[in-house]
Order: sequence, then structure tokens, then C-alpha cells
Amino acid sequence: MTYESVIGLEVHAQLATTTKIFCGCSAEFGGDPNTHVCPVCLGLPGALPVLNQNVVELAMHIALAAGCTIQPRSRFLRKNYFYPDLPKGYQISQFQSNEEMPLATGGGVDVPTEDGGTKTIRLTRIHMEEDAGKSIHQEAFVAAGESLVDVNRCGVPLIEIVSEPDLSTSEEAFHYLTSLHQLLVYTGVSEGDMEKGHMRIDANVSIRPVGETRLGTKVEIKNVNSFRNCQRAIESEIQRQIDLLETGGEIEQATMLYDPDRNILRAMRTKEESDDYRYFPDPDLVPLVVDHAWVERVQNQIPELPEAKRARFAEDYDMSADQIEVLTAGRDVADYFEATVAAGVQSRIAANWIQGDVMRVLNDRKVAIGDLRVSAESLAELIGLVDKGDISTSIARTVFDDMVETGDSPAAIVEKKGLVQISDAGELDGVIDQIIVDNPEEVERFKGGDQKLMGFFMGQLMRATKGQANPQKASQLLREKLG
Amino acid sequence: MPVSKDDVKKVAQLARLDFAPEEEAQLIDDLNRMLEYVAALDQLDTTEVPPTAHVLPLENAFRDDVMGQSLDRSDALANAPLSGQGHFRVPRVIE
Ligand SMILES: [Zn+2]
Repeated sequence: MTYESVIGLEVHAQLATTTKIFCGCSAEFGGDPNTHVCPVCLGLPGALPVLNQNVVELAMHIALAAGCTIQPRSRFLRKNYFYPDLPKGYQISQFQSNEEMPLATGGGVDVPTEDGGTKTIRLTRIHMEEDAGKSIHQEAFVAAGESLVDVNRCGVPLIEIVSEPDLSTSEEAFHYLTSLHQLLVYTGVSEGDMEKGHMRIDANVSIRPVGETRLGTKVEIKNVNSFRNCQRAIESEIQRQIDLLETGGEIEQATMLYDPDRNILRAMRTKEESDDYRYFPDPDLVPLVVDHAWVERVQNQIPELPEAKRARFAEDYDMSADQIEVLTAGRDVADYFEATVAAGVQSRIAANWIQGDVMRVLNDRKVAIGDLRVSAESLAELIGLVDKGDISTSIARTVFDDMVETGDSPAAIVEKKGLVQISDAGELDGVIDQIIVDNPEEVERFKGGDQKLMGFFMGQLMRATKGQANPQKASQLLREKLG
Repeated sequence: MPVSKDDVKKVAQLARLDFAPEEEAQLIDDLNRMLEYVAALDQLDTTEVPPTAHVLPLENAFRDDVMGQSLDRSDALANAPLSGQGHFRVPRVIE
């Protein structure tokens, strides 16, 4: 039998705030254990949470970027359960039922499909909530039957982005996550640093025979921390369900954890009462009311989004489809490219430089383009030196590396290292004469018709001039002398 | 009797409380009397009244995203029954 899969994703993304959602403790990742804590996030009696306005602003940014509707009134509820990493005994979250509206509903994210088109994955809702702490299992303590708890992460602001079950393959899920990540980073809503756990994913997966309209029993895969792992987890879950049905088995509703090292899923121990969270409005927090003016203000702050930028780059600049992808992957790189063009560089040349040497340095050094010591203006200046014929492209590349290292201007480096291109015929003549004297055999063969040896002579000449010979000039002179 | 013994057991379990059988009987009684007391509200017609989210007529209480003072770790851990290596120590957590 042929099956189709139905997949919905719940993504928890950490918001790029300075402080936590309800208190002034740092929301920064890491920090010594239990140092970003105060009476509010520790849940001490009498402490009062107050909502961080920036959390609402950032959540509204992603909601509007994804085309959601902002609800005029929403509120925060307590989700009650006991767990050692949750000192209050409840998590403050927005939750949707008939009466309880989350911050935002509707909207969608476009993903590329296999046939080259796009498909819109609808969103159910986006809501705000607080993160929980972290349990640590250290050998010595585990042996004593104990775990350690660090509550630094308690109260770190999250948004949960819930999709409709519109995804049909694990690849689509991967593309959806990539698009969502790009949107979150573009809008400055999240740093999207996967290594710091800025995005965590729950996947709901079910399958059904093709043609069947009813949904199959769904299995939830919890807390996956990378997009590739999510794709692989969904793939193995789909296969597990198919194998089960094909051998006459039945799918049971379950919550699974994915082990990326062994590529297997295992069922989570479920507590009987785990679904009885007894949500009720948090009496410590007043309702959130977002009026039209506020929505409009945030709407006006939303930058050009990836899709629009890609379309504009294709229209305005001379570059390949591949380069459009690379140069629009992040807003910072796109801005850098446009600043380079604004400084007078042809778009094709700017694109080649940034896709090549600039990206190489960023990848090697694992830094953002904003941390690069070469500004767009300096890069333009460097390219200008090549245009003027002062230095060759290959010299320019070594000058670039020097700029990255020292932060000096290209002109200063060229000057300091004496890299100005040799275009002077007199100077090159002498070098060529010496090459002819040193390589009589090759000269004979070249004269006998072996044109390929031109490369050999150019190589000799470049070596003798430390790469500083003007290539056009050198090649012209070589032909004259050997001809 | 609206509150049953099972209700009491379930609520106790959710609250991680343990009661002896005679305490359970007492609780059934207490809870039922409380429910009877607030049942007086059923006399009101609330079909046109929107649910109240908060008892105060307030909305949008915000703070700015500005760092405040966190506790010293020794203070944060001071009330913990067990602590070590800068952490709270708890009975082993199994996922
Ligand atoms: Zn705090």
C-alpha cells in the first residue's frame, strides 16, 4: 500500500531580548549556574512577574512577518505541573482554547517544493511563554540518585510557532524550518543560534493510505534541536509507522524522543496525569491589549523579507541564482553587498568577491560579517585598485587577507608591501630576457609550435616578479619576445 | 454529592499530597460545602457577561528590557534543602 504522511511542527524559538520575560535577570545563554536568578524566576513567595515589553514587540515582529493576525486581547495562563527544573510549579504561557486567544493566529510560511514551486505552510498560532531550567546529570550525583538543577534558563522568553499539519515530507519540514529560521533572524526576533538551543522543535507525525481523508493516529517527537535531526527523526518515524501498519500492527498515540547518535526513537515515559495542566489565567499578570496603532508601528519596522529581497536582487543585479541564495541568506551579508555596490563596484564583481573570499574568511573564522575588519567601503577600494590596474586580482586576494588580519586600508598595504603591479615594459623586458636565457629548451619547443608552454613562461614570470607583473602586459611582451 | 472520593484522590495526586482515609472523608465534606457556598452564584444570569481575566481594571503592565539585579548564588541556594557545585540538588530526574 502507498502511504502519505501528515506533519505539523511546533517550534520554540528564543527571543533576542537582553532580559527574561518577567524579570530583569539576564537572558544570556550560559553564565555560571544559578547566577541569572532572582525571586521572580526562582518562584519565591510574593515575587511579582512584570511582562518585558520587548518580548511582545519581538513576538509581534515575527507574527506580522509571517502574515499572522495580532489578537487585540490576549493573556497569560498558568500551566501547572511539577518538575524539578520548574521552581514555581507552573509555566506561564499563552494557550489557545475557544476563549483564550494567543498573541497571533493565522499566517503562513512559504517553502520550496520538489518541482521548483512554492507551498504555503499555514500557521495555527504564535504565542509567548517562558522557558524552564535545566537538569544536569553528573556521574557522581547520579550514582547518589541525584540530579543537579540550573535555573538560569527559567523565564527566558520563548515564542511557540505552531503550524497546521500541512507538511507532507521530511524534506518539506526541513525547508519549513530553514525558512522560519531565516525569517526569525532577518526580523531580528531571534539570534537563531542552534548551538545555544535557540530553536527547539516538536514534530507531530501521522501517516494514512493515499486517498484516505481521515487523519491517522499521531505520534509526537519532542525536543529536537537541529533541522537535520528533525528531518531524520521524521523520516524514521514515518518508516516505523509504515512498517507497523504493513505487518498488521496498530499505531498508538505516543510521545517519543529522538536519539540522533543512533538514529532511533524511543517512547517517553508518560505520567498518567500529564495532560491535566489545569490552565487558569495568571492573576499576577494583567491582560495584554494591542491596539491598531501598535500593530501598524511594528508593521512599519519590519525589514525587507528574504523572499522579497531575492526577487529584487534577481531584478536589480547581475548575479547567478546561486549567488542570490548566498548573498540573501542573511540580512547582514545582503547589506554588505549593497554597500559595496553603492561604493561604486559592479554588482557581478562585488558578488564574486563576497561569495568567494569574504565568505571563505567568515566560514574559516566563524565570525559574522559585521565583525569583519574589512568594511564594504574598504572592499570597494580594493576592487578599485584592481580596476585601475594598480594590482592584479591575485595580488588583491592576498591584500584582502592582510586587510582581514590588520584592518589596514588596501592602499596602505599595497604601499607598505610594495605590491604595486609591474606594468613597466622596461622592467618586464629584463625579467623576460632572463627567462629566455634560463630555459633554452622550452623556448625552442615553443617556437616549434608548442603553444601550451605559454602557461609555463607566465608562471616563471609571475614567480620572478612575486605575482606583481601585470598579466595582460606580461603576456603581450612574452608573445612579442618569443614570437 | 458532587465531589467524590476519586476527585479528592486525583486532586491530591496533582498537588502531590498524601491523605489518610479519614482525612479524605473530611475533605469530601469540606469541598462539597465550599461548592455549595459558591453555587449561590448560579442564580445569576451570566450569559451576556464576558469572562473576567483579571479582577483589576488594568491592562498592559510592562517593564523595559533593562537588566536588573540578580541574586548572589549563595542567596539563591540558601533555602535549598540540598545544593552542591553551584546547583540545586534534587532526586534524580529521568526523562
Ligand atoms: Zn529573575
